[in-house]
Amino acid sequence: MRGKSYPGKMIMRTISAEAVTQAVKEMCIEANHYLASDMTASLDKSIETESSPLGKQILCQLKENLKIAGEDMIPICQDTGMAVFFVEIGGDVHVDGNLTDAINEGVRRGYTDGYLRKSVVGDPLVRVNTGDNTPAVIHYDIVEGDRLKITIAPKGFGSENMSRVFMLKPADGEEGVKNAILTAAKDAGPNACPPMVVGVGIGGTFEKCAILAKKALIRPVGEHNSIEWVSKMEEEMLERINATGIGPGGLGGNTTALAVNINTYPTHIAGLPVAVNICCHVNRHAVREL
Amino acid sequence: MMDKHITAPLTQETIEDLHMGDYVYITGTIYVARDAAHKRMSELMAKGEDLPFDPKDNIIYYMGPSPAREGRPIGSAGPTTASRMDKYAPALLDMGLKGMIGKGRRTEDVKSAIVRNGCVYFAAVGGAGALLSKAIVKSEIVAYEDLGAEAIRKLEVKDFPVIVVIDKDGNNLYDVAIKEYCKE
Repeated sequence: MRGKSYPGKMIMRTISAEAVTQAVKEMCIEANHYLASDMTASLDKSIETESSPLGKQILCQLKENLKIAGEDMIPICQDTGMAVFFVEIGGDVHVDGNLTDAINEGVRRGYTDGYLRKSVVGDPLVRVNTGDNTPAVIHYDIVEGDRLKITIAPKGFGSENMSRVFMLKPADGEEGVKNAILTAAKDAGPNACPPMVVGVGIGGTFEKCAILAKKALIRPVGEHNSIEWVSKMEEEMLERINATGIGPGGLGGNTTALAVNINTYPTHIAGLPVAVNICCHVNRHAVREL
Repeated sequence: MMDKHITAPLTQETIEDLHMGDYVYITGTIYVARDAAHKRMSELMAKGEDLPFDPKDNIIYYMGPSPAREGRPIGSAGPTTASRMDKYAPALLDMGLKGMIGKGRRTEDVKSAIVRNGCVYFAAVGGAGALLSKAIVKSEIVAYEDLGAEAIRKLEVKDFPVIVVIDKDGNNLYDVAIKEYCKE
């Protein structure tokens, strides 16, 4: 039923919590076994342009790995990640039940029934595994309409650990931002399983720029920001990161990153926050609209 | 750079012949341990107690697999970042551990321990866990089953593909290869 408003009353479209759980379960399994076509196309292209013979060999192994993952249903990477979600909730849609619980139940079923690794500990210092990869990290947005759009991006920690937030000064300007991005990518180096995808958030506040950077990772590789200076910076930084020589597996070459995706947001007169979220070549995401 | 086939556990003779950049296929028995297992082993060592396996001449693979589907020995099984084990590695190398498989940079302390004891650090391709699982023939948990993916495992591997990153002389492929392709 579409959401319609009548004088004095509002009819909301209703989605069952079980439908959300089922979709999330399927998305967990899908994202961990198949990469989206933008990522596979970008990896294929890099095999042609990589100049190091060992680098080319590694890229071919990554291609073969994707084939085996899909055909034999073995996760692309054993680190099947912490389940990160971006959820867009239309103002005219109602979920029949607790949405957060429904998503976590989907993660529980997806990671258990899908033979995915449970990589979450319940307390950051006590460190006992929760056994079902819950809880997920969920970012909600309220949007117009009567749809519920769920994006999952399971995040591996080899690359997550190499991510950074820089609270720059306004005077640091464009050069400061570029140096921050380059520093994070170089420090990540072989540890982050290159070729990487680099998500960048510029502006906002301390936490806003980190979410912008995370969200930048789900933008298809090869698609640029619509703001002209941002798009130019994306291209320049991709070129500069690939000139570092880190290469596939960090063992030398010209394919260090497949994309640099930058998102921006207004910020405070006193600040210039920059977050750099590094993702490995297993940049997973799946989207469903309910 | 050469393709080599070796067997594990390692002998000193094998290690003498491994050089930075060699592409190596390992066949034999290796052990698996990552963060939580290293922490427990380090606590045992502090108390002077025996470890769940004798590190002498062995290789430790830094890895935490995804669960195996029915009929398969293991799930996805690629390397994890080795630097998180840097705190624990020198003591194990001094106890006779001969090889480590992981990905990413090591500290100077680990490099010194590699040279001091005549050992080797291999990298497996990160994010190729489905492909690498095909070289694992058998997997059995030998300790810390409660740690799930972080339990200590004993693997039988056949032609498991790795690259020598730090050899017994302390040559480091990450430093050399990245410089070679750097255009900054």
